[in-house]
Amino acid sequence: MTDTTPEGPLLEMRGVTKSFRGARALDDATMTVGRHQIRALIGQNGAGKSTLIKILTGVYRRDGGEVRLDGRPVDFRSTADAQKSGVVTIYQEVNLVPKLSVAENIFLGRFPRRRGLVDWATMRAGARDALATLSLDIDVTRPLGSYRVATQQMTAIARAVSLEARLLVLDEPTSSLAEREVETLFGVMRSLRDSGVSMVFVSHRMDELYEICEDVTVLRDGRTVAEESLASLNQYELVSKMLGRAAEQVASGARPAARPRQQAEPVLSVTNAASAPRLRDASIDVYAGQVQGVAGLLGSGRSELLRSVFGADPLDSGEIKVNGDRPSLRTPGEAIANRLAFLTEDRRAEGIVPHMSVRDNLTLALLPKLTRRGIVDRKRQRQIVTDYIARLGIKAQADQPIVELSGGNQQKVLLARWLATEPAVLLLDEPTRGIDVSAKAEILALVDKLAADGMGVLLVSSELEEVVSACDDVTVLRDGVSVARVSLDRLSEESLMAVMASGEAVPSSDVPQKDNADD
Amino acid sequence: MSAATADVATIGHRLALQRRGTVAVLVLVVLLASLRYGDAFYSGINLTSYFDDAVKYSLIALGMTFVIMTGGIDLSVGSVILLAGVAGGLASPHGAVVAVLVGVGTGAAVGAVNGLLIAHSRLEPFVVTLATLLWARGLGLQLADTQTVVYGTGTLQSLARDKIFGLTTGFWLMILLFVLAAVALKFTPWGRTVLAIGDSEESTALLGVPTRLPKFSVYLLSGALAGLAGVVLGSQTGSVSMDTGVGWELIAVAAVVVGGTLLTGGVGSIGGTLAGLLLLQVIFTIINFENGRGGIEINSYWQNVVRGAFLLVVVLLQTGVGRGRKKS
Repeated sequence: MTDTTPEGPLLEMRGVTKSFRGARALDDATMTVGRHQIRALIGQNGAGKSTLIKILTGVYRRDGGEVRLDGRPVDFRSTADAQKSGVVTIYQEVNLVPKLSVAENIFLGRFPRRRGLVDWATMRAGARDALATLSLDIDVTRPLGSYRVATQQMTAIARAVSLEARLLVLDEPTSSLAEREVETLFGVMRSLRDSGVSMVFVSHRMDELYEICEDVTVLRDGRTVAEESLASLNQYELVSKMLGRAAEQVASGARPAARPRQQAEPVLSVTNAASAPRLRDASIDVYAGQVQGVAGLLGSGRSELLRSVFGADPLDSGEIKVNGDRPSLRTPGEAIANRLAFLTEDRRAEGIVPHMSVRDNLTLALLPKLTRRGIVDRKRQRQIVTDYIARLGIKAQADQPIVELSGGNQQKVLLARWLATEPAVLLLDEPTRGIDVSAKAEILALVDKLAADGMGVLLVSSELEEVVSACDDVTVLRDGVSVARVSLDRLSEESLMAVMASGEAVPSSDVPQKDNADD
Repeated sequence: MSAATADVATIGHRLALQRRGTVAVLVLVVLLASLRYGDAFYSGINLTSYFDDAVKYSLIALGMTFVIMTGGIDLSVGSVILLAGVAGGLASPHGAVVAVLVGVGTGAAVGAVNGLLIAHSRLEPFVVTLATLLWARGLGLQLADTQTVVYGTGTLQSLARDKIFGLTTGFWLMILLFVLAAVALKFTPWGRTVLAIGDSEESTALLGVPTRLPKFSVYLLSGALAGLAGVVLGSQTGSVSMDTGVGWELIAVAAVVVGGTLLTGGVGSIGGTLAGLLLLQVIFTIINFENGRGGIEINSYWQNVVRGAFLLVVVLLQTGVGRGRKKS
């Protein structure tokens, strides 16, 4: 078993477990990479891909399970350790040092030396050679950061090649590349494979997986749920494995009738919105009294759509109408003035002010209105806070620091913060992420009531069940393009999955594709 | 920082321009001063005090350059000069070698404490070295019993007063150290790693390059150089007074920034720091000189106003560089 068996797989990871402060990130993860193989690793956000990769490359130590390279058990303690065994990772956001030269980036940590000093001539020549194997001829003395991301990625690969990597982990390398750059990358990957390097390839773009990979490992909730040949799975089956819904399991939660539109004209209308790099061409209408859903895989531009509408990201092109007008929405302040509200996806980073009280958190967006002659009207503030705590059933004291609350209650406070501004349109980005089942139900019930009271709601969620049960109509985004609308009568998890995976259901190919904005 | 990748070439380029600018302004100022004041400008006490000041400031600025290249800062160097100057002075009766060793050793020890807390305990450089600024000064005052410490006359003082080719030994020591530092930055793996850490510490670690030791070493070096500066100061003036070093860390930072080292780390130059320091000093010397001639009346407090204004201009320039061009 411990003997090197050249015919066996290059890498075997079995029963790998890892917890962070009590939370299970990996729970029985398995991955096998054969020789001369490019293996796809996929999973939803939070499925454990990054953790698995970081364990493989020595950034994290595993809690349990085993990792074998060439049949021998290994336990990397650092990135350097993994590199010595030929395991090299190229991260999503190219993790090199941009202000140093290309040559230095390739040789950092192992500079060629002469009499103890860095031998620049040898280093430059070595860098040119390493890049030449990838058919790249650039000035290696210039700072790496002066080149395009694609070139930086090639530099990272050249570094890996010159480290004599046997297993290359590519973590979403294509997410910031243009189409023909992706083709170049794939060409390099193929020739590396032919020369004996195995690769693990992470991407959310289904087409890419089928183009470059032979086999796939699917992670869900920290477990490996499939290790199969891609040839035996179609895109639809793959997505259903990733999301954990059997193809036959058709949703039953859809309501019989849509909520009535309270006005003929949409309260919010987005046409052909584009915002580099993710959002390319998205159109969506939100009606007062209805919940408009947005579905799509990770990286499809869901959050970016909301951020652009709210003025948090600049809109490169396209049109946004609020109640038929075209107001300026270039900053969140302008969006708020036009009665938009945006509950962000990342509660911790973009939502709560952790050590402030519930009261102050709740009234943060309201302070200008509550201020009389430069002083906050504390009586009205208390009144509003008491009112919302009761209305939303927030289990907390008004002067308690918000960080002490459960996720569900924190989310309710943030929702109350926006509701207090009396918005006409509520943008919700993953409003139930990371909160428990009962709080989830309460928040969805509240969304339902808000719509019934005449608010227009735009809901982004990666949980299809939630989208299907909460929305009247769903727009599907794929690679930054709104490819389909699914109305209530056809709305099911199955139909959504099909559109998300294939992008088919609506003519999208005849829409002229905009070029990615230049860098 | 990673987002603005396209501007990286511009940053290096602009900083290189800034360095050349600093050197050009330095030369220009010196030329103008010679034209205006003639030989008087170069004679006597003026030149000696200019270079004496330049030597001690440049030693801490040199250490500061490496620290800032890693993206850190060392606020403690002014206090370390006092502490090491006092320690060296107390040791000076035992001979010049002992005084130098004790002074440099004291500085290195303080630097090692900074380095350990920053590199190993991962504390913020600003906070750690601010704390050291306080305790090192307190310790120095305690050690000296708040009395001016006198350096015994002997080898040390003669070293300070001896001249080679018309310039003091201290000056030549400074030049030697700067040359060594420039070589270390360009031609040792340590120097390149220091820059890499300042550019992106996380990336450097993910590339499998150890980052703790280089980070530790820059604070150690900064402390040791500040210690040396303390002894040099004592040997120049024959004593160390209790207000020595107050605010000097900021003069060092100013010189580093004027010399074209990016405050956020990753790009920098040793020669630039020297040019930056000499330029700042030349301007103050001219102010003093004018005062002495009665041409203008600017008291010494105005020196700091000039320093501040100068630094602001340079930081404004650098911020323009850092921000780069906006997306259209």
